Amino acid sequence: MGAHGPATTGLMRWVTTTNHKDIGTMYLWFSFAMFIMGGAFAMIIRAELFQPGLQIVEPEFFNQMTTMHGLVMVFGAIMPSFVGLANWLIPMMIGAPDMALPRMNNLSFWILPPTFLLLASTLFMEGGAPNFGWTFYAPLSTTYAPDTVTFFIFGVHLMGLSSIMGSINIIATVVNLRAPGMTYMKMPMFVWTWLITAFLLVAVMPVLAGAVTMMLMDVHFGTSFFSAAGGGDPVLFQHIFWFFGHPEVYIIILPAFGVVSQIIPTFARKPLFGYDSMVYATASIAFLSFIVWAHHMYTVGMPIAGELFFMYATMLIAVPTGVKVFNWITTMWQGAMTFETPMLFCIGFVFLFTVGGFTGVMLSLAPVDFQYHDSYFVVAHFHYVMVAGAVFSMSAAVYYWLPKWCGRMYNENMGKAHFWISFIGFNLTFFPQHFLGLAGMPRRIPDYALQFTDFNTMSSIGAFIYGASQILFLFNVVRTITSGEKTSEEKTWEGAEGLEWTVATPAPYHTFSTPPEVK
Amino acid sequence: MHLRAKRLYKLALSPVLLLLSFLSTGAWAEEAQRWQMNMSPGVTEVGAEIYGLHMIVFWICVVIGIVTFGAMFYSVFAHRKSKGVKPATFHESTAIEIAWTVVPFIILIVMAFPATTTLLKVYDFEDSDLDILVTGYQWKWKYEYIDEAGDNVVFFSNLRTGKTEIYNEDDKGEHYLLEVDEPLVLPVNKKVRFLVTANDVIHAWWVPALAVKKDAIPGFINEAWSRPLETGVYRGQCAELCGRDHGYMPIVVNVVEEDEYNAWLADKKSKAAEIKALMDKQFTLDEQMAAGKPVYDQYCAACHGLNGEGGVGKAIAGSPIATGEMAKHLDVSINGVPGSAMQAFGAQLNDVDMAAVVTYQRNAFGNNMGDIVQPIDVYNFKQGQ
Repeated sequence: MGAHGPATTGLMRWVTTTNHKDIGTMYLWFSFAMFIMGGAFAMIIRAELFQPGLQIVEPEFFNQMTTMHGLVMVFGAIMPSFVGLANWLIPMMIGAPDMALPRMNNLSFWILPPTFLLLASTLFMEGGAPNFGWTFYAPLSTTYAPDTVTFFIFGVHLMGLSSIMGSINIIATVVNLRAPGMTYMKMPMFVWTWLITAFLLVAVMPVLAGAVTMMLMDVHFGTSFFSAAGGGDPVLFQHIFWFFGHPEVYIIILPAFGVVSQIIPTFARKPLFGYDSMVYATASIAFLSFIVWAHHMYTVGMPIAGELFFMYATMLIAVPTGVKVFNWITTMWQGAMTFETPMLFCIGFVFLFTVGGFTGVMLSLAPVDFQYHDSYFVVAHFHYVMVAGAVFSMSAAVYYWLPKWCGRMYNENMGKAHFWISFIGFNLTFFPQHFLGLAGMPRRIPDYALQFTDFNTMSSIGAFIYGASQILFLFNVVRTITSGEKTSEEKTWEGAEGLEWTVATPAPYHTFSTPPEVK
Repeated sequence: MHLRAKRLYKLALSPVLLLLSFLSTGAWAEEAQRWQMNMSPGVTEVGAEIYGLHMIVFWICVVIGIVTFGAMFYSVFAHRKSKGVKPATFHESTAIEIAWTVVPFIILIVMAFPATTTLLKVYDFEDSDLDILVTGYQWKWKYEYIDEAGDNVVFFSNLRTGKTEIYNEDDKGEHYLLEVDEPLVLPVNKKVRFLVTANDVIHAWWVPALAVKKDAIPGFINEAWSRPLETGVYRGQCAELCGRDHGYMPIVVNVVEEDEYNAWLADKKSKAAEIKALMDKQFTLDEQMAAGKPVYDQYCAACHGLNGEGGVGKAIAGSPIATGEMAKHLDVSINGVPGSAMQAFGAQLNDVDMAAVVTYQRNAFGNNMGDIVQPIDVYNFKQGQ
């Protein structure tokens, strides 16, 4: 190994570890477990929606499934997966020996498994799991909620705590532990996007904590923050929620932008086009994300001035996002491309995420949004952004860095099969949902009118295909770790650039005990 | 088997149908069709404008998509290593980066103009011919026609699809889940202003063909409006997650000629007047038993059983409430039991029907309490609480 291994072995190694690679690994496995659990909930939803009529679940349980699917995917799968990636890669990319606050790092991970155990256990409690949607609008989530809402509130507080600690750690690491010579404008794009994401998280997680604390007061201590009868306002809840919730969608997608900006140049064998504008675009998106929250609420009855402001501000997001897409494509332009699995997922990302961006522009226009809002068109839109955006880029990241992490090569054919099956399954699932929404099918209904049958059937078949492809992914990763072909090249990929490719393969337990010099 | 094959055939044809659907717009005024792939322009001027805006933005996106993805796929096919190309080394160009910041910005301004004018129209609530208060309940809608003379017509609109259809024990009707017992009736070509609110949680009143979607928020009143230009039946659903039966909250709007509307309204008013007249009448036990039975069968039997034996709800026969104090019985019937499946029927049933059904419950199924509830008792109870 050439470097010292973990101090303790066995289970206690993982419980007590402060090593960024161990913690990164635990985050990644945890998030994959949550991805499977959230996916299982989605399969129940799609199975019920396969045909009109109630076949498998009762409406009450259906609502619990939609709520848990959203919560688990956002807070359990996507966010921790990128935190895991950050833990593994940021120190290696900036030439640091570890994260700046390793003990806090351990705590921020270990908060998560009990939190999600708590959340999942509500499924078995009397009254059932939270059933008010992942946006948990009051007063449905306060006055009319099942008793488990208290566990939900506690869970959200814990998740927020974990996220804030993780973000502070990333900010402290990036600001303080960069190798000599690595100025901000020389940092890899992935580090940049995470630095900005971490600031977003620190800014908005306390807002979410505030919202759930007010809920707790309304549920248990007789206040009326969100009840008009007591002088409060249910719309206030939505303003607070979306002041968190809109930046949250960029918290999910910015690290994905970073991943893609690392991988496309590698396989195009050409430096990233427009690095500077990428950084500025990311910062602009982060800024804009704070002033557009009410575009989720065009139908709550805002004054027209507010409606116009939020419409114009929302439309503006298309500009920096467009810059990023054009930069990725220009990076490919006149490159010498090869199409290994990570690249396939990145091209898939650029294509599908842009489709999600187009529907985003359509949704930004308030008068048309009156028709799209809370319909399946929105469901299609945000799955194009979150699944094709975050999950596709995360798959790309795993294939791309896995050989560096474990010193073994994954099976390329299986990887390509995973991509193509996911790509087809994903589109079959979510493309027809655009049509369902335009034809008038509301979201979050357990049963639907007869004319929506055909596209729902297609969508369910697609969902089962997409779900099954993830089993192939799991199999390929486990097979790579246990019996993949060994590799000790420092650079797995011909065109790869960056400090993480200068260390030995597999990456030693402790890297950079002396900081590398960046010219 | 035949049906199954037919469906698969349609699945294979869907891309063709997609193209066709974009070419032949218009014919979907009334209700969404099978394989409908696009928004309906609806039956209002604003709806047509919204549809136009939707199509403009759609085509702009298609053009940008063709250019962007065209460049990407061209380089995927032409600039691959296997063709022996040497990668270029350029990695920035200020001119081109400024261009693709400015051009999208200009395109957005082009979109913003029609969006703003349409939005201003959507927000023009002035000069309505008719005002209707729409109130969302878990899980039904209440409509109140606001009349300056004070003779408001009020009624509830409930899902009509039966449980047997929902649980696949019967064949599903043509308008499965999109049918109600009493539709909203509107005169054609009149500006109708909707005042939208809710009784319990947030709902949203959405009828695509009328181009209206507005949140119904407890404690607040929102405004929306529509001027349907064609007669017909238009269907929609609640669009905001509002609890267990969110999927079972349809909206049906019947747009009719003005004469027909006036006749309907007059009929509703005379029925309301009849009920008002009955308020002061003293009923006999037999009269109340006869009047109460149909009300019981329609509103109570689904949960409490046709013979009061119970089911989802508790048994009425021998129940401590139906054989206990009258005030408690009225309270449960009028205000419901919070946190249980027992709804508040106070707003849904008029005082005459309420008096009848409570009398019926207290004397049927062997309860034989012998007491009679008069409409005025219900009225007084409501006033006193």
